[in-house]
Amino acid sequence: MSEQKSSDAESIPMMQKLLDNPFLLLFIGVAAPSILFLGWGLVEIFTVPMR
Amino acid sequence: MVNNEFRTCPDTGLKFYSSAENLLKVNAVAAVVFLLVGGFYGLLVGLTRWQAVHLLAADNFYMVLTLHGLNVLIFWMIFFEIAILYFCSSVLLGCRLATPRWAWAGFVLMVVGAVMNNVIVLQGASSVMMTSYVPMEADPLFYLSLILFAVGALIGCFVFFGTLVVAKAEKTYEGSVPLVTFGAITAAIIAVFTIVSGAIILIPTFLWSVGVVGEIDALAYRLIWWAFGHSSQQINVAAHVAVWYAIAAIVFGARPLSEKVSRTAFLMYIVFLQLASAHHLLVDPGVSANFKMFNTSYAMYLAVMASMVHGLTVPGSIEAAQRARGYSAGLFTWLRKAPWGNPVFSGMFISLVGFGFLGGITGVVMGAEQINILIHNTLYVPGHFHATVVLGSTLAFMAMSYWLVPVLFRRELVLKGIAKWQPYLFGLGMTGVSLFLMGAGTLGVPRRHWDIGFAGTGGITHEFPAAAYTMLALNGMSVILAVIGGAAFCVIMVGTILFGKKLGNQKMAEPCIVAPVTDEEYEANGGSAYAIPGTLVLAMVFFVSFALYYFINWKYLAETWGIA
Repeated sequence: MSEQKSSDAESIPMMQKLLDNPFLLLFIGVAAPSILFLGWGLVEIFTVPMR
Repeated sequence: MVNNEFRTCPDTGLKFYSSAENLLKVNAVAAVVFLLVGGFYGLLVGLTRWQAVHLLAADNFYMVLTLHGLNVLIFWMIFFEIAILYFCSSVLLGCRLATPRWAWAGFVLMVVGAVMNNVIVLQGASSVMMTSYVPMEADPLFYLSLILFAVGALIGCFVFFGTLVVAKAEKTYEGSVPLVTFGAITAAIIAVFTIVSGAIILIPTFLWSVGVVGEIDALAYRLIWWAFGHSSQQINVAAHVAVWYAIAAIVFGARPLSEKVSRTAFLMYIVFLQLASAHHLLVDPGVSANFKMFNTSYAMYLAVMASMVHGLTVPGSIEAAQRARGYSAGLFTWLRKAPWGNPVFSGMFISLVGFGFLGGITGVVMGAEQINILIHNTLYVPGHFHATVVLGSTLAFMAMSYWLVPVLFRRELVLKGIAKWQPYLFGLGMTGVSLFLMGAGTLGVPRRHWDIGFAGTGGITHEFPAAAYTMLALNGMSVILAVIGGAAFCVIMVGTILFGKKLGNQKMAEPCIVAPVTDEEYEANGGSAYAIPGTLVLAMVFFVSFALYYFINWKYLAETWGIA
């Protein structure tokens, strides 16, 4: 029975596991714009030469 | 206030947990109240923009514009979205709501923040518009009110995530969550980033307004504010797409064409949609062309592709369901035979078409750095977002309300005759608002400007073409039409809640949910659930319109600076 369960868990595709994990999605959904929009943008703004 | 009982709806079979049900009700009612208030201010703005009427004086115009933006873009939307989150978690998953007391605390904070904000802005010292760009300064309580509202909404998001944990732990569903709940997860994720960004910028700005912080960098403010301001509209997009899928299932018993494709499209929203905020910064000097192009072109196009996937699969699933139920003749019998007199469907379909053709196509034009320069900071921008947020999201939420309010309050809908016409009236009015604002913007009329005649500016003159004045007049007339439609919606909702015939445990006279289409029925449709020729023709019409409009704008750009 337990072998059956573990084989079912293994057969779930990685993409499916990702889509079924709201907290991993939450991490991705906050990290991506924080790095690509906020982080990148702020680095550029605060490295503008003052003169 | 916290009650731990379930009731099973006799019409839908859905299980309503008492605390979740009460919170759904109060959030939905608060949403409609702020829509009514914000819509009234929108009427005043539209009548002032109409140069022949020019209703408000300059001071009042900026105050009313601030109130209009915050009430409809933030308060109405987010109250309704919290209701959607609770519905998609507790009700659709048939489980109890996590930490109802925290959910009530969040609701109270949101109400206090929204009411406080209205009062402070009405006092006249915070006419900074929704963007409240520094160094323009508002009353400290203005920023505090937004912070309180945002904290309340954030609590609501975490109650939603907690409810997902409860449902999984108590095994109230098997396998993956339903697609509509997955759409709500997408909206909640975007909401968390949005609200955290709001906190990052509004807390220091509040401290600046009370003198604790010396200076706020104007460029950094704009960057972070737009992570809040634009992403808040992306919550709406994810939520209204979830509503489209829900309505396709409710009205037609439709199944998504492909769960995998639809969920992947939502994943693309999660990763890329919020990056589109950069299109507000396309003329800002502090960020590089690389930053602008990556975020608005490459990343944003992936989010646009996700919207096009939803735009294909939602009507596609309706077509497949209709064909399975016998409406299979020709290309468009399935659409002709759709229940156009049912405001749940008509509102949803007008929302889908308006969002795609008007909001979506123009959004891509605004996101391209070169052609954005034609319309940046003109009335084209409000024209675009009235197509996305009002014609798209608001109309989808109105459509959902026609189904949800009778089910939730166990009251029969009142004024059914008016309800049949309301989505058309509101949709037509808002289509006019979007088109005529965009028309005026294409002619160079600036946004956030009280008077395009530049009265009282000490000699600044600019002659706009006569067509610009005509556009603003037509916009004013469209605003009146849309406000009548919006007011009709509010009257129907309030009337239903207060005076609708009580249903109790009785079933409604007409079934409010259609049984899901079975595999056998789908197989009868030529052996395939994917035979959707009508939707593919509509998609081709969309692509041709998209390509034509895109290249017309490049032609405009080519004519802007002639080569001698």
